[in-house]
Amino acid sequence: MTDTPVTRAASATPSRVARKIRGLSDRAIAWIFVGPTIFLLLAINIFPLIWTIRLSFTNFKANRNREIEWVGTRNYERILTDSDIWLNMQATAHFLFWTIFFQVLIGFTLAYLINKKFKGNDLWTTIIVLPMMLSPAVVGNFWKFLYQPQIGLFNYIVAFFTGKDPSSFEMLGSVQLAPWSIVIVDTWMWTPFVMLICLAGLRSIPDYIYEAAEVDRASKLRQFFTITVPMVLPFLMLAVLFRGIENFKMFDLVVQLTGGGPGSTTELTSINLKREAFEKWRTGYASAYAIILFVTVFGLASIYVKALNKVKER
Amino acid sequence: MSSFSVTEPTQRTKWVSGTLVIVYALVTMLPLAWIMLTGFKSPADAISYPPKVIFDPTLEGYVNLFTTRTRQTDAFLAANPPETWYEEIVREYDMVIAGPSKFGERFLNSVIIGFGSTFLSIVLGTLAAYAFSRFKIPLADDLLFFILSTRMMPPIAVAIPIFLMYRQLGLSDTHLGMILLYTAVNISLAVWLLKGFIDEIPREYEEAALIDGYTRFQAFYKVVLPQAATGIASTAIFCLIFAWNEYAFAVLLTSGTAQTAPPFIPTIIGVGGLDWPAVAAGATIFLLPVMFFTILLRKHLLRGITFGAVRK
Repeated sequence: MTDTPVTRAASATPSRVARKIRGLSDRAIAWIFVGPTIFLLLAINIFPLIWTIRLSFTNFKANRNREIEWVGTRNYERILTDSDIWLNMQATAHFLFWTIFFQVLIGFTLAYLINKKFKGNDLWTTIIVLPMMLSPAVVGNFWKFLYQPQIGLFNYIVAFFTGKDPSSFEMLGSVQLAPWSIVIVDTWMWTPFVMLICLAGLRSIPDYIYEAAEVDRASKLRQFFTITVPMVLPFLMLAVLFRGIENFKMFDLVVQLTGGGPGSTTELTSINLKREAFEKWRTGYASAYAIILFVTVFGLASIYVKALNKVKER
Repeated sequence: MSSFSVTEPTQRTKWVSGTLVIVYALVTMLPLAWIMLTGFKSPADAISYPPKVIFDPTLEGYVNLFTTRTRQTDAFLAANPPETWYEEIVREYDMVIAGPSKFGERFLNSVIIGFGSTFLSIVLGTLAAYAFSRFKIPLADDLLFFILSTRMMPPIAVAIPIFLMYRQLGLSDTHLGMILLYTAVNISLAVWLLKGFIDEIPREYEEAALIDGYTRFQAFYKVVLPQAATGIASTAIFCLIFAWNEYAFAVLLTSGTAQTAPPFIPTIIGVGGLDWPAVAAGATIFLLPVMFFTILLRKHLLRGITFGAVRK
């Protein structure tokens, strides 16, 4: 085909035919474009998942070269009746609940304040956001230094304000305080995330709604509860969903900070799973454990998303 | 906005909220500032009580971070006077520098794996996002949800079969293995973010290009790509930050050749326990690039975080 404006125009009109002439069809291009991504995800996400499901019904140990025996649902039964694992679940629930509680509280407050548009608010927003960009493992490691009794900055500051002896309490060494030590660090690190999402929510509320409320002489407090809160709620719930999923998977920060101790007070399910899989090498058992965790996250998240959609529809 | 606007906060509100936010920001920066300071302390200053804010800065932590040292006899030390400033620092402890430490290598691994996986995620992600945005793909919504749901799996859960698979394929502890793995993890977010950015580019641009005789592929890289450049750049930063920070896979699947910095930094051991100034120096060097990028690209990054979340 000679390349003149006329032929170009002519070939452009029946677009489907024309594109075929020019080379690959859209459909072929679509598959060529999506193909590699799907392939990679199948190879490194789905295939391993199926493999894990298979392994979860065996007594396979990855560090031994013995015959794989099928054990049926024995791994699952053992996990669900193991009281130690319920303790880990409780530790995870404690961690989830309190991190989300503090992050929502502080994150929303900060977003609300930043939305007052004071001078230089975007600079300070950026500074506040810094912790969440950092490597959780390295963060956990240096907080361990801050938490040292006697020499750590955290203990020094707490002691300074409360008058206690800085070596009288060990954030990481005491059974009572260790679960809170991980809550503090996670809150320090991830409050900015909740803040950013809330800020997006606050900024999505059009000014005229407040203007109308002002005309109707609604008090500021009433405006807050009838306009601001309901309109930010879907955003806030999304932030909670993301933090929930992330913290259910929590590993790097806590493993560096406490390693699951003292005892198993901060042994979250992921840390416990790692121990079973890569220290005790109970591969089959750990696979069943992994599947249970995955189903739990997936199930809880699905229920939550349903609730979220209801809130959005209102 | 007029100065009479009822929605514009009063000066007093602005002043109060500004002060509160700044106080929070300063408190939140304290741990980071402390680590950076600690990197310039001597081991004795780092663990002194009460904590020292004013001290004699030294590069000892940085020297210890990059070198391995051995203790030597007085005779040997007297016979070999120090030649460089870093040798002199080490001599105060009756030691000599035996060679470079592994930190440089680990840092380089982080760079190679970070950039490699980011590049791959962006190339694959942009193609897939374009296809999802512009073509009718059967079950597109299900596929997109599937792509996203892969992020819900705990890394340790995926690590078990990947560990076995990589052992079979000879990919354990290799750069390629880690690049592929991080790409697989990042690609869900990349596709999702990039689809949003490409959706915003009017289709008319490409249609005009197609009428002008461009092929679909030419229209894609000559029209769509330049338009999506900022979106691609901010997505790239997200992928890079993830790969840079990742720890769980790195600690389970690498031990030597391909180990990145996050699993390495906490293991820096000095004489008599953890060498906190060296650990702090390592953390500082490792965290600074991320902080720098965050501040430099704040507009795109902050938009990306909220945008990526809110779209779902």
